[in-house]
Amino acid sequence: MVLYVVRRLGFLLLTLLVTSIIVFLVTRWLPGDVARVILGREAGEAALESLREELGLNDPLYVQYGRWLMDFVVGDWGMSFSTRSDIRPLVMGRVRNSLRLALVTLVISVPLAIVLGIVAGLNEDTLIDSVISISALSVVGLPEFVTGLILIQIFAFGLNILPASSSVPPDVSFIEVLPKLILPSLTATLVLLAYVARLTRAGVIEELEKSYVRTAALKGLPYRTVVFKHVLRNALMPTITVIAISFGWLISGLVVVENVFNYPGLGRLLVFAVGRNDLPVIQAVIMVTVVGFASANLLADLLYGFLNPRIRLGE
Amino acid sequence: MTRSENGAVLDIDDVTVGYRQAGSWREAVRHVSLAIPSGQTCGLVGESGSGKTTLALATMRYLPEEGMVRQGEIRFRGRNLLELKDSEIRKIWGSDIAMVPQDALASLNPSVNLGEQVAEILRYHRGLSKAEAREQTLELFERVQLGDPQRVCNSYPHQLSGGMLQRVLTAAAISTEPSLLVLDEPTSSLDVTTQAVMLDLLRELIGGQQQTAVVYITHNLGVVAQISDRVAVMYAGDLMEDAPTVDLYREPLHPYTRGLLDCVPRLGENKTEVNLRPIQGRIPSLQDLPSGCIFRPRCPLAIEVCKEYPPLYEAGDNRRSRCHRWDEIKAKEVSASQPVPEAAQVSAPSVSGEGVLDVEDVKVHFTEGRSLVKLISGEPPTKVKAVDGVSLDVPQGRTVGLVGESGSGKTTLARAVVGLAERTGGTIKLLDMELPPGLRERTSEIFRCLQIVFQNPAETLNPYLSVSQILRRPLMRLMDQTPEELDAAVEDLLHAVHLSGEYASRLPGQLSGGEKQRVAIARAFAPRPDLVIADEPVTSLDVSVQASILNLFDELQGEEEIGTLFISHDLAVVGYLADVVAVIYLGQLMEVSESASVFDPPHHPYTEALLSSVPLIDPEGEQEEIRLEGEVPSPSEEITGCPFHTRCPRFIGPICVEEVPPWRDIEGVDKRTFCHYTEEELRERQRRTFRFSESSE
Repeated sequence: MVLYVVRRLGFLLLTLLVTSIIVFLVTRWLPGDVARVILGREAGEAALESLREELGLNDPLYVQYGRWLMDFVVGDWGMSFSTRSDIRPLVMGRVRNSLRLALVTLVISVPLAIVLGIVAGLNEDTLIDSVISISALSVVGLPEFVTGLILIQIFAFGLNILPASSSVPPDVSFIEVLPKLILPSLTATLVLLAYVARLTRAGVIEELEKSYVRTAALKGLPYRTVVFKHVLRNALMPTITVIAISFGWLISGLVVVENVFNYPGLGRLLVFAVGRNDLPVIQAVIMVTVVGFASANLLADLLYGFLNPRIRLGE
Repeated sequence: MTRSENGAVLDIDDVTVGYRQAGSWREAVRHVSLAIPSGQTCGLVGESGSGKTTLALATMRYLPEEGMVRQGEIRFRGRNLLELKDSEIRKIWGSDIAMVPQDALASLNPSVNLGEQVAEILRYHRGLSKAEAREQTLELFERVQLGDPQRVCNSYPHQLSGGMLQRVLTAAAISTEPSLLVLDEPTSSLDVTTQAVMLDLLRELIGGQQQTAVVYITHNLGVVAQISDRVAVMYAGDLMEDAPTVDLYREPLHPYTRGLLDCVPRLGENKTEVNLRPIQGRIPSLQDLPSGCIFRPRCPLAIEVCKEYPPLYEAGDNRRSRCHRWDEIKAKEVSASQPVPEAAQVSAPSVSGEGVLDVEDVKVHFTEGRSLVKLISGEPPTKVKAVDGVSLDVPQGRTVGLVGESGSGKTTLARAVVGLAERTGGTIKLLDMELPPGLRERTSEIFRCLQIVFQNPAETLNPYLSVSQILRRPLMRLMDQTPEELDAAVEDLLHAVHLSGEYASRLPGQLSGGEKQRVAIARAFAPRPDLVIADEPVTSLDVSVQASILNLFDELQGEEEIGTLFISHDLAVVGYLADVVAVIYLGQLMEVSESASVFDPPHHPYTEALLSSVPLIDPEGEQEEIRLEGEVPSPSEEITGCPFHTRCPRFIGPICVEEVPPWRDIEGVDKRTFCHYTEEELRERQRRTFRFSESSE
């Protein structure tokens, strides 16, 4: 297990290194001159040249990359071109918001999806299964902006129990912001739900067919023992890893949801930065996202390793 | 609870089991009646599709959803199991009725430790506390002779060998001392030496439980002869015959039983002396059963009356037979034996010709786990010595049999010869060509001369090519035949493997297992090779099919005068077909012998152990009881001296550990052994390992 963890950590670092190179190169090769973006259209060639010199844009690429990476690691993420403010507090604030949204979404979606998946799997090809599977699938077919608007219509305008807009000022506590997180979380849940539920269902069905389930049943154990102790322990392994991976998506991939609800998460920041060609912000957001994804993957691997005795007890 | 009238623990009464398929019923078991009293072990034998597993599952009342007992009653201690509620049957499962399933690894939960998988039964059915249950589990593990029960308790299935897992399942099944024990092929996935130890254990356990009735399901006629008191023979869903074991083997009263017994090679038989009599025709499919007696189309005794469905006749002496002519068979007025196929008359001992294949000191070493992490940490990669210095000749016109247990390196050696595994040392010569290690360096002439038949015909034939396309390929690529010649050549090939011309247009999916293997054999023989390697070609086939494939090999090889390297784990099969038998263990040969003398002492101690482990197809036969302890070591372990010294029952002392044994020639016969013992020393210690009874001759 120790070796397994070390290996996973090694892979994580390698992944981060490779993606940082890609992020750096892509942003450098994008059309558009950084100096001109900063100084504007009217700037003279001499001013541009001196700014390029000042920013180190004339150095060889690998020197620029090294400097950029070191700065990023020590926390000096530079200034935003568009807002002229320090990038780190800006991005970290958004990270906190995104984490809150992701957390609430997971708390709502995971138990729901797993229960639905288990119920459907245990009752394969019966009416219950069909109802669950079809309704889950029909919801996932709808894009987030449609489901989001429907939810707003029902809960905000119809029942008037939840706020329609989720825009929050920077420093508010989690408790204060919680009511505003529910509708966006529900919207994200609807996306995740069908996927996780179907995966759980498939896992349950696959395990139910295995010989060890017959062995357990023929021991005369009660049905719930067979299911909870024997089947689910194996059936939920893929589900758990997928949930861990989807955490990465929840942090950075909720662009549409955040826009519908006007919620200041990482996704919206990225859209904002891309719109303004704000390269340092784009780089920072992508790097943070990559770290998030990679950590979620690591978490998934570690969880899987912990749950699976083959890996836990391996060398 | 009351016993049923006849005192049987299990009373299967006129049971018919059907599976619903596309709106209609397929009856996989029909009108089976069988009663098993306490203390009796009843063997249930049959080929695949015979319905033996279906019957067992129906007995457990655990049929798949689409299955149903359509008729009859299954009474357990007088209660009809079919009428019980789910909650009632659950109280019986695991407590009064227990099952030991096939394939131990798949039958245990991979993420629950083994101790718990037994202890939970005791807690639930016996109401024991956690500590008590664990203590009893440890005792049970001791009873099934699992060394270090503590460690086994805390282990997970992937950490133990198949033999040990089978013991865990056995411990689970006997934990509550059930009145009915159903064993479903519990030794079929084990190696022969492990199987022998397991059978000893089962016999001992069953003997110790006088109150238990046992149903033992197997396809292996040797295993059932050794373990059961009674044998019930099933065929395509019908119970054909049911008799005390000794009587059944002495004097079968159904032509199908006779056929089964005649088509399996017995230990010590060779093709030069005995013929296998395959059962003609093929097993009918359930949707296409013949009317009347279902064995009629394949039966040598079929007459007009057989068009009526026979009842299970009471044939006296506590036996029953579903044959209209059982009394004639019993009075020896007719013979129920299958005809010897014309093409497979006793073959003359083949004359040794020139060498076709010359394997000289071949080694196949793999390095495992050459990973980035190991590279960085500087840890040396694990060396696996799959084949470690094997020298072997295959002369023209002869069959060399290579026999070994799983992990012995026999398949790797075959793959090294054909070039699928690259050898790391030694030379391989085919005729006068030196064979390069890898496939890429080999010329098409080498491919033409050297062909292979694989174990699993279902996976070796491309499912999208017709039989004729499959056979044309080697002809076009290796023989440069013109399109006009091809059709005739395909027809000849099909004819040679006894398939009619209409098979040319069929796809592999439309063929039975035996037919597929015939096509695979035809494909191998198509380019007129000089050497054919057959890697377990009959292992996945039913015995009645196996016999005809063995005959086919014999016949083709006799016609073509080619050399054959025949690989199998089954000593009886190898001894039957081969002229020379080579025994391999952990990548090294232990003994090479003419098949005529391989069954007589002196033996290499490993061969001796193998011979005394094969379950004899004769309940009255006698056999030495030489058992190997422990498991085959992993080929990555470094073993000095003799590779067999860690398990050798005739271990001498330090010399076996320190020195590589010499090859010794045995006087008077063509046999050599790889052992420190001299011929005289072996002769002093060894006796003939097995003897069939008079009556089974």
